[in-house]
Amino acid sequence: MAFDFYKESYAGSVKEITLGKGDKAVTVGGETSYPFYLFEGEMPNKPRIAMEIWDMAPEDWPEAALAPFKDVVSDPAAWAKKCVDEFGADMVVLQLKSTDPNGNNASADDATATVKKVLGAIDVPLIIWGTANIEKDEETLKKISEECQGENLILGPVEDKNHKGIGASAMGFGHSLISSSPIDVNLAKQVNILLENLGMPMDRIIVDPTTGGLGYGMEYSYSVMERLRMAAMAQGDDKLQFPMINNLGNEVWKCKEAKQTADEAPTLGDPEKRGILMEATGAVTYLMAGSDVLIMRHPESVRMVKAFIDLLSD
Amino acid sequence: MALTGIQIFKLLPKTNCKECGVPTCLAFAMNLASGKAELDSCPYVSDEAREQLAEASAPPIRPVPIGKGVRGFTVGGETVMYRHEKTFYNATAFAAVVASDISDADLEKKLKVWNAFQFERVGLNLRPQMAALKDVNGDAAAFAKAAKTIAETSEFNLVLMSDNADVMKAGVEACASKRPLIYAATDANADEYGAIAKDNELPLAVKADSIEGLVALTEKLTGMGLKDLVIDSGSREVKQALEDQVAIRRAALKNGNRSVGFPTIAFPCEMASNLDMETLIAGMFVAKYAGIVVLSDFTGESIFPLLLERLNIFTDPQRPMTVTEGIYEINNPDENSPVLVTTNFALTYFIVSGEIEGSRVPSWLLIKDSEGLSVMTAWAAGKFAGDDVGVFVKKCGVADKIKHQDIIIPGYAAAIAGDMEEELPGWKITVGPREAAHIPAFLKAL
Ligand code: B12
Ligand code: SF4
Repeated sequence: MAFDFYKESYAGSVKEITLGKGDKAVTVGGETSYPFYLFEGEMPNKPRIAMEIWDMAPEDWPEAALAPFKDVVSDPAAWAKKCVDEFGADMVVLQLKSTDPNGNNASADDATATVKKVLGAIDVPLIIWGTANIEKDEETLKKISEECQGENLILGPVEDKNHKGIGASAMGFGHSLISSSPIDVNLAKQVNILLENLGMPMDRIIVDPTTGGLGYGMEYSYSVMERLRMAAMAQGDDKLQFPMINNLGNEVWKCKEAKQTADEAPTLGDPEKRGILMEATGAVTYLMAGSDVLIMRHPESVRMVKAFIDLLSD
Repeated sequence: MALTGIQIFKLLPKTNCKECGVPTCLAFAMNLASGKAELDSCPYVSDEAREQLAEASAPPIRPVPIGKGVRGFTVGGETVMYRHEKTFYNATAFAAVVASDISDADLEKKLKVWNAFQFERVGLNLRPQMAALKDVNGDAAAFAKAAKTIAETSEFNLVLMSDNADVMKAGVEACASKRPLIYAATDANADEYGAIAKDNELPLAVKADSIEGLVALTEKLTGMGLKDLVIDSGSREVKQALEDQVAIRRAALKNGNRSVGFPTIAFPCEMASNLDMETLIAGMFVAKYAGIVVLSDFTGESIFPLLLERLNIFTDPQRPMTVTEGIYEINNPDENSPVLVTTNFALTYFIVSGEIEGSRVPSWLLIKDSEGLSVMTAWAAGKFAGDDVGVFVKKCGVADKIKHQDIIIPGYAAAIAGDMEEELPGWKITVGPREAAHIPAFLKAL
């Protein structure tokens, strides 16, 4: 039998979205094929990695993740700058951990002040990630949006329940949004539609399908991302043709195996490398499912995953 | 490719004798086509028809058994492109290279180190399962010796890698009883390697320099009567290798192309210069269709992430893994031991019970049926609500086993505490830590 390469015929493509502003703005999306299937379409923009920083010194990071940032963890602006200057971050994600009502419950004003400091320290796109508490995120992200007019911040996660407040504010003050839903194609579509109905420009949306950690629910996220891409591309559903973002580092580094010492887990190998490879392997898996922006923590896993992306796309 | 009802009907006796339980051969054929009947229900099918039907109903990607005994496994047998369409059945096997000039002592040490890479998770034993013995100097005796050592002293199954037929024969002789995979038949040696595999009834890898090249080779080998093949399109460039994996899987599933309907073998060890990068490339192959992935080595930090990824990708998406509702005793609890409650999602159960066990604190763990959902998911879906959990605690009978009325709930389910209190008057509800990793310290501090 002769060999016939069955090629997919796509009915749609992913929108190109530009994040941030100025020279360092980053464009993602634009795929006309499934992830890295360059034999039947294009990926005009390589997937990008955004490095995460916290708005408070983390208490439970394993030594491996903390080590590269030890000198800057209590100064988000310096931390962000280090990510960009030293580790070549394309984008920075500020995780608003301090605002968690079940934790420090820092105020929207405090969070805004931190955002401004970080904005002053870097020129790459800045993503602001709330605590997934619907009311608190609405309050905080609205405030940030208002006070940082025109910066084209990327604000999220925005869910059905708080899309109105955050959406209206982002529209008014010139920011992009992360449309977020818990691992479900219909819910993802619904939030996008809600935002569209609100009048949010569709070229300022990126989708967060919800990210499970490696070995901790990743398979659900993986499959929903594949299904989202199939709906967008094979079925041409224009309500789902958005780039996707995965808040990965946060999930991987909190799991037990990323934290165990060599004494606690002798067969798990070198603790530093283990965490790095767990994060990088998770990243590869998410890339194969269609991730356009990966939020990652360790400079070494970031470096490796960038190299992997180059291998697959150049 | 599957046959239609009409095609099957043509192969049946057409006597409408009804012995199969349906009124006509046509009805029976339709049932067969839709998988509602078994061919054996018709006593009158000819052997010839039986063979044709078996052939036609064979899976589009052949399942190939490798290895023997408890560590034997199968690769291939996949039926879908995407796991959500049904499931992926046979997890990618991980192999690492052993050079045939390795000293006895080094081999012994290596196998011992590798053998320690076994990780318990959701009640499964995750481990890499193959050693790829690679002939590096044409020394048949050394190759055979190492093959024998691996086969007899370790639980690893073998890939035998050599392009020298004499070396291969010596290796096969040393470990044939373990059903090693022979690597590889090529354009240059297909007759000879085909014969070795056939004579010893062993699976045979086929290596070409393109997919087209593979087609010609597998057709030749199947013509010789070989069935258990594993294919290598030869690409060692990551981008091309991904393309080949997709092309092969699609051709087998979408075009019913039998000549590539075999599991694949991929070689990250020949695609990168360090184990870290190999690990990432292997991660790609787990998601995208490789049957066997060969690495240059196993280390704890490199194989563990891959085993986790593999577990995720090959978990059946149709049914979450669950455990049975009930009271679980951990570390021999007594009437004063603490009581904890969580959901029946297998992953949640195993993580939590593992931590409690590790703490050595005797405890009662209550598992509430939450339809296989994790704590937060179950809570959000209303399957782990305060009143429900309260009712469950009451009726599960734990009260008869203990003298106190304290119960610990997951930190992420703090919101259910109030409703639970209402349902369980007199009980003290304590909100435990959010992450299971903090359970031991929490229990010890009680
Ligand atoms: C995978 C997943 C799913 C899968 C289900 C997987 C499953 N079998 O449960 C699917 C896709 C089906 C799903 C569905 C939904 N999901 Co969901 N899902 C996730 C995800 C990504 C991971 C969950 C997971 O597997 N965790 C791993 C397990 C092991 O964690 P765990 O059970 O919590 O256990 C840990 C701790 O709780 C602790 N622990 C456990 N037991 C105990 C006991 C004690 C005593 C103690 C001290 C500690 C402890 O130990 C464990 C390890 O630390 C999370 C987000 C995330 N990244 O966490 C969202 C998440 C849980 N889902 C969410 C939601 C809303 C839903 C849906 C309701 C969405 C919808 N509207 O349809 C549905 C509900 C299901 C339904 N209706 O059928 C929300 C919950 C939000 C909230 N807090 O209310 C989350 C947090 C996502 C989000 N940010 O929006 N989901
Ligand atoms: S038993 Fe066989 S021959 Fe008889 S009706 Fe059924 S299919 Fe036809």
